[in-house]
Amino acid sequence: MQNLDQIAQEATAAFAATEDPDTLEQVKAQYLGKSGRITELLKGMGKLEPEERKATGAAINRAKEAIEAALVARRDAIRRKALEARLSEESLDVTLPGRGEARGGLHPVTRTLERIEALFRSIGFDVADGPEIEADFQNFTALNTPEDHPARSMHDTFYILDEQGKVAQDVLLRTHTSPIQVRYMQAHVAKYAHLETMPEIRIIAPGRVYRVDSDATHSPMFHQVEGLWIGENVSFADLKGVVADFLRRFFESDNLQVRFRPSFFPFTEPSAEIDVAFMEGPLKGRWLEIAGSGMVHPNVLRHVGIDPEKYVGFAFGMGPDRLTMLRYGVNDLRLFFDGDLRFLRQFV
Amino acid sequence: MKFSESWLRQFVNPSVKGADFSHLLTMAGLEVEEEETVAPLFDGVVVAQVLEVNKHPDADRLNVCRVDIGGKEPQTIVCGAPNVAPGLKVPCALPGAELPGDFKIKIAKVRGVESSGMLCSAKELGISEDASGLLLLPPDAPVGEDIRNYLDLDDRLLTLKLTPNRADCLSLTGVAREVAALTGSPASYPTIATVPVASDKGRQIVLDAPDACPLYCGRVISGVDGRAPTPEWMKRRLERSGIRSISALVDITNYVMLELGQPLHAFDNGQIQGTVHARMAQAGEEILLLNEQTLELQDDVLLIADDARPLAMAGIMGGEDSGITVETTEMFLEAAFFAPKAIAGRARRYGFGSDASHRFERGVDFGTTRKALERATQLIIEICGGQAGPVSEAAATLPARPPVRLRAARVTKVLGVTLSGEEIASLFVRLGFEFTRSGEDFIVSPPSYRFDIEIEEDLIEEVARLHGYDNIPVRAPRGIISMLPQTENARPVPRLRQILADRGFQEVVNYAFVEDSWETDFTANATPIKLANPIASQMSVMRSTLLGGLVANVVTNLKRKQNRVRVFETGRCFFRDEQGSPVAGFRQPWKIAALAYGTALPEQWASASRAVDFFDIKGEVELLLAPCVARFEKTVHPALHPGRSARLIVDGESIGFVGELHPQWVQKYELPLAPVVFELDLAALTKSRLPKYVEVSRQPSATRDLAIVVDQKLELQRLLDGMKENRPTIVRDISLFDVYAGKGVPAGKKSLAFRIVMQDTQRTLQDAEVDAAMQELVAYLERAFAAQLRV
Repeated sequence: MQNLDQIAQEATAAFAATEDPDTLEQVKAQYLGKSGRITELLKGMGKLEPEERKATGAAINRAKEAIEAALVARRDAIRRKALEARLSEESLDVTLPGRGEARGGLHPVTRTLERIEALFRSIGFDVADGPEIEADFQNFTALNTPEDHPARSMHDTFYILDEQGKVAQDVLLRTHTSPIQVRYMQAHVAKYAHLETMPEIRIIAPGRVYRVDSDATHSPMFHQVEGLWIGENVSFADLKGVVADFLRRFFESDNLQVRFRPSFFPFTEPSAEIDVAFMEGPLKGRWLEIAGSGMVHPNVLRHVGIDPEKYVGFAFGMGPDRLTMLRYGVNDLRLFFDGDLRFLRQFV
Repeated sequence: MKFSESWLRQFVNPSVKGADFSHLLTMAGLEVEEEETVAPLFDGVVVAQVLEVNKHPDADRLNVCRVDIGGKEPQTIVCGAPNVAPGLKVPCALPGAELPGDFKIKIAKVRGVESSGMLCSAKELGISEDASGLLLLPPDAPVGEDIRNYLDLDDRLLTLKLTPNRADCLSLTGVAREVAALTGSPASYPTIATVPVASDKGRQIVLDAPDACPLYCGRVISGVDGRAPTPEWMKRRLERSGIRSISALVDITNYVMLELGQPLHAFDNGQIQGTVHARMAQAGEEILLLNEQTLELQDDVLLIADDARPLAMAGIMGGEDSGITVETTEMFLEAAFFAPKAIAGRARRYGFGSDASHRFERGVDFGTTRKALERATQLIIEICGGQAGPVSEAAATLPARPPVRLRAARVTKVLGVTLSGEEIASLFVRLGFEFTRSGEDFIVSPPSYRFDIEIEEDLIEEVARLHGYDNIPVRAPRGIISMLPQTENARPVPRLRQILADRGFQEVVNYAFVEDSWETDFTANATPIKLANPIASQMSVMRSTLLGGLVANVVTNLKRKQNRVRVFETGRCFFRDEQGSPVAGFRQPWKIAALAYGTALPEQWASASRAVDFFDIKGEVELLLAPCVARFEKTVHPALHPGRSARLIVDGESIGFVGELHPQWVQKYELPLAPVVFELDLAALTKSRLPKYVEVSRQPSATRDLAIVVDQKLELQRLLDGMKENRPTIVRDISLFDVYAGKGVPAGKKSLAFRIVMQDTQRTLQDAEVDAAMQELVAYLERAFAAQLRV
């Protein structure tokens, strides 16, 4: 049956010559269609002797199967090729930028404050807040700052006018965040007055504060964060432990040098200035003043109704603006309050 | 407080030197703010005397000098200085000397004449900038002595940044006392002998204000020479302490102030009439001060006056008319103790200060007052001659120094370090504090020079200082560990900030004091809270809205070519309010505000560019509020476009507004485009709620779309409210998905398309039920809003 093999080869070759499904089907009809060559051959079998018919039939079927297999293979090949063509056509320049909104960002000082809050929360400090137009009592008197203290002069403190246009005597823009501590302690004492021993106070108080000062290193509005821990067994040694730990965590530097040296604040006694020195970077080896601190002055505790004989504790205050400058290498405080997007976007 | 270390070492001379010495002071609370050297390093320079000066044969400007350098033979030195002359004593750099700037001196020929050294100016030695001629030394300078030694050029100048409680260290003897306590080195102080009285001239003193001036000593010294020169050693010490030499009499008062801490004042006795009074000023009384300022005084200023007129602002500054001059031959010397409260803040009020007021404000040792008068008298008579009159002293009640108790157990409780009674006692001995001790219990009598020892904690600080802050252990915090509350009923503010940041807004921090025009423009607030002492007129009132700052942020960023601005701020706003709390009379709520300006999206290739609009910012607000849903009501706000502004209602309360900036302000602030803004009460946003589970229905839902044509002016909210109230029970959700006006819709009308979702919780809905529900809704819309079904 040399002829049949030839037909199958011809069909396979004809299929291979087609490039699209329609042509392929047309070519298929030439072999397998109603009057296709294989179909014709099958039709012609009736004329054969039974013996011959059996052998010829088997041969034709083999040829038919071969042609059908070639057809399926070609169909697959054409489909694959079409898919490849489509995929190639659909391909994008994936290096073009994505669509949509760009990300904004937090203010660098907010970043700092959030880190400070998180670090202190991790050792059980709550975050307290308070008013910015503050009473003279909470800002000064309760903090052991006497009537004639220089800080109370108009040179340092912003005062406000009352409705008659006179300088209001009893209110001011808070000069530090310490009055938050005063209010918190007052509330704490009121809340736990019925207990023989009140729970410990552990807070930090962040916020904006105001002083009459404006130059490259001073802003009339700036940030402060204060910490306070009052309990029956809270000592200067704990102050050193907490603040040193905080500073090393904040700057993520285990070898940060921290020192405490005697200083003076009306609301703490003993008082300490806290300096840090980095062991690397542009400020390497220089002592930098970073915070004020001390053991809460007994007069302050008395003012808020806490027995200083029973309870002791420490307070510290630092400038998040300065911490931010040191952390990110910012060299001008005024940038924080200027709203310049070219600066702020660096902290996204 | 600036001083020369070598002067200090006259009183106490511990072995610790240089940077270690500075560190010691700093760590004891006397912070060394600055350390300077007097002269740079050099050597080989001696005191020399010029013997002969001859013109150089080959150079007009040079002289050939014979100079005695203390050796056997006078040397030949060529010198170009204009002031060289025979007999002068000057510094001479010998061959082999190394001067500042790596300048080596060798024997060399200068225009053919061999010169064996160089005569030096002050600049060549690095002592000062004076290069006008040779540095002239006093006639008694010993020839041949090393100049570093003679002029004490290895001295260091220390500047202490003293805390206000340590007035006792505002003198050399005070610092010496402290150094002795810190190091254990013995201190020796100047011996002050009582000067014999050689004249009977005196003045009566009356303390009219004994609380303000409880001690006043004075004496007349006659026959002084106001023109006498100040000795070099005194001049040098004063200059190295930052005090310019003026005249011997003035210099001596300053010298004693530096030495002992007691400010003195010298009056010209001839200008005083009658008795010397220490009295309070009368309100409005005037005085012409030494600094040529005329002040009108308030009645809380302490004066030194005579029978006729004020002579000085006590403890602050003398009067111009009564001060000593070079002509003075008879002086009245004052040494007094003025109470800190009577001096504090007065000088500052008038915009100046003085070394005297600095000390009196903080506390001057009243135990030294009389000694200082004697010391100054002694120096005056030595230097300016004269005869001392008797000391007049008027005294009232001086500050008490009540004993203070210290318990060792309390030291442990406060410091967290255990010190034995022995250790504490030894620290008090070093400090020179008098005390009695019974076991672990001390009773300490504070000395007159310490104004800061009143309570036990003050002594604890002294103990801590001397023990060393560095020697107090660093202890990890110990406490009762209990968890902080963590409520789900509130959203923390950081979360809100983060949402806005994620939505492309940049956080800013603007000043809380603003221009008052911002208040009128953006909140129509004509009576904002005014500062009494603003730093500038554009920072004079407290803001009651955050908008002004945000608009200003756009203005400044546009100038910097930033044409798309998305900013937000959280901050307090300030209102007068009778009911305000916690500070009576003021309400200070936190607000959160944002502004978007420019394109809706950052300029990009894949999205059509368009300006940000009302619905963009409204979308941001809705996102920020979720899960809370606010109702938006059309509103009128001074800052906003009246047709494009809404207020937000949550639980029946207005919590803020959203809108487009009023065209009037867009024009005034010269903005090319209109910003869209919102401002909300932060408290309303921090509220949240605990999610509550509702069973999800397993029944299939049916969805139908519905398009109606209604009046153009009809607000969607009215339609939605009406539909929700009148909906068939199977209607679960109604949402708007299209708004259209234009071709195909009659003028004055708009087409709205809603998607209606229907569902029954128990069973599958039949088509007929769904159709009936839709018809019911349509009928309602036709009836209530004259809506027409759009086909």
